Amino acid sequence: MSKPILSVRNLHVKFTLRGRELHALRGIDLDVLDGESLAIVGESGSGKSVLNKNFIGLLDQNGFIPEGSIRYYGMGDKMRNYSDCAGEDENGPYVDLASFKRKDEWLRIRGSEICMIPQDPMTSLNPLKTIGWQISEALRLHHGMTGRMAKEETLRILQDVRIDNPERRFKQYPHELSGGMRQRVVIAIAIACQPRILICDEPTTALDVTIQAQVLTLLRELKEKYSLTIIFITHDLGVVANIADRVAVMYAGDIVELGLVNEIFYEPKHPYTWALLSSLPQLGNRGEDLYAIRGTPPNLFKAVQGDAFAARNPQALVIDKLEQPPYFEVSPTHKARTWLLDPRAPKVEPPAVIAKLKELGGAHHGE
Amino acid sequence: MANDNRDIILSVRDLQVTFGSHRHPFKAVKGVSFDVRKGETFGIVGESGSGKTTIGRAIIRVYPASGGSIRFHGQEITGRISRQLDREITNKIQMIFQDPMASLNERAKIDYIVSEGLLGRGLKRQEIRQRVDEALNAVGLLPEFATRFPHEFSGGQRQRIGIARALVMNPEFIIADEPISALDVSIRAQVLNLMSKLQKERGLTYLFISHDLSVMKFICDRIAVVHKGLIVELADADTLFRHPLHPYTRALLSAIPQPNPDAEKHKVLEIYDPTAHHYQNDPPAMVEIEPGHLLFCNRAEMDAAHERLAKGES
Repeated sequence: MSKPILSVRNLHVKFTLRGRELHALRGIDLDVLDGESLAIVGESGSGKSVLNKNFIGLLDQNGFIPEGSIRYYGMGDKMRNYSDCAGEDENGPYVDLASFKRKDEWLRIRGSEICMIPQDPMTSLNPLKTIGWQISEALRLHHGMTGRMAKEETLRILQDVRIDNPERRFKQYPHELSGGMRQRVVIAIAIACQPRILICDEPTTALDVTIQAQVLTLLRELKEKYSLTIIFITHDLGVVANIADRVAVMYAGDIVELGLVNEIFYEPKHPYTWALLSSLPQLGNRGEDLYAIRGTPPNLFKAVQGDAFAARNPQALVIDKLEQPPYFEVSPTHKARTWLLDPRAPKVEPPAVIAKLKELGGAHHGE
Repeated sequence: MANDNRDIILSVRDLQVTFGSHRHPFKAVKGVSFDVRKGETFGIVGESGSGKTTIGRAIIRVYPASGGSIRFHGQEITGRISRQLDREITNKIQMIFQDPMASLNERAKIDYIVSEGLLGRGLKRQEIRQRVDEALNAVGLLPEFATRFPHEFSGGQRQRIGIARALVMNPEFIIADEPISALDVSIRAQVLNLMSKLQKERGLTYLFISHDLSVMKFICDRIAVVHKGLIVELADADTLFRHPLHPYTRALLSAIPQPNPDAEKHKVLEIYDPTAHHYQNDPPAMVEIEPGHLLFCNRAEMDAAHERLAKGES
């Protein structure tokens, strides 16, 4: 197992809204390993985007971190002289992103170390500047490249993201490109900074299925070529199966299950993961109802008691409503926060769809 | 194909829709023909820009058709029609929109949004109120929600409001344009279930427009694949998934993300190359390759398709 590049410990995030506090993240523990692609899955409002905004210092104005640390190991000793937040632990020298105070500290991280691809390629490009200008801007700011050198590098990156005829595209404006092409340009801008970590916030939801598949293939290629670590935020488990090495399932500001991609799909343990998988139309049969999760996520203005998913789980145990379950280890790489894994718990069978998935996986192994 | 004999509710023949000026016309739909039978869910699938939404909007008379005919219950509904027929059609054909955030008037309360279609028809206030309550009830919303504003609802609830707004007219035929694309996966299931429940209870017919074939397989009886304003393949859902014949359909199918990591790792993406066809000397046409399975192809491709079917290849 490779070393963590980013290590989140007991991270809490709160937002002040109209005099009340919303507890958006409730004690996240997560290691992002160097060179992996980690998918973070959850419904809207589960806190998956909030978590990632912490990594690039883009938390909204009314948000704050009352507790917790985010240690970034990718910079070695470089931050020692700039920041009071630098230190060293068993994984090597780090900077603690959670305790950054100044803007210039973030400027050394954002873009050049950790970079984010936003959700909507239509709104994230400047409509008044050419594609070439926007990509070389990143080169200019982060690598001090100018003139012909910047242009040549830009053309090379355009080729890397599989945009045909880069010379022509260089002079074009965003409105002249299709949605898929624009997303490639956004990826090109991110790659131009040569970051260590690339955060992709639902980069394919606005795209057609065919284009989505192509963009995912591209991301996989780039990950190899630039030895990136990818954090992939999505609510679509189909996409996760394609790109992820590991999966973290988030619910109501907490990670409820974490494991290798095969463990999450073939051996899921948490009822919420079961519910998410069961509600996929790919696995449904026509004429029958799809499994739908009842109710709504808990109100995070109030303190959550017990297992946050208990209220929507028809098979919830009594203890689920009283006490928050700890993480139970299923394998060294797989853990889940559910009382069902306690040795004293009654045996609850996962829904039939999960067995079907396992069969599908097994069938493929047999080939 | 046991339900072949059901009544045809909507019949589209050689439909064309053209945008732009006379000097620079742009043909968004270039001659599309299909029938929708009563009580079925007919799917139109295609990428953005394929003209799938335009077909839906031409049926509901938002865009004028520049050629061809659309018959609803055997009655021509394109071009100039009487006011009475126009009103009848707006009652019987309703639409559900893609984005529940954008398609609801944010300054109006739910009872107004849902009742809007009933206004100006000489109905008593009491009657309108009752029909609104019925519609809200049918989509699983509480009657007290009627006095709230759209922003007070979650995405799934808003889409239910959009469905209630269509239902209040007591339609026979509903055009659903990407009704679940903007929703979370868990809420998608709720909306899909609701749609099929309403279909069973009220005998509705759906025209389901989407770019996502995985959802189509789950909900549609028959699927038409649209590419650049033309139907390239039309078959019932199972046939289409079992042996897709047109290269574009195959490309779409190969792109569906499967919730199966092992299969995804070995997936081969098929990419459709429109230049691979040789249509100069041998122009293509719609051909029925097997019963109920139509393919847009020329002679050479037809032979290849027959061969493929005979071999039983997928």
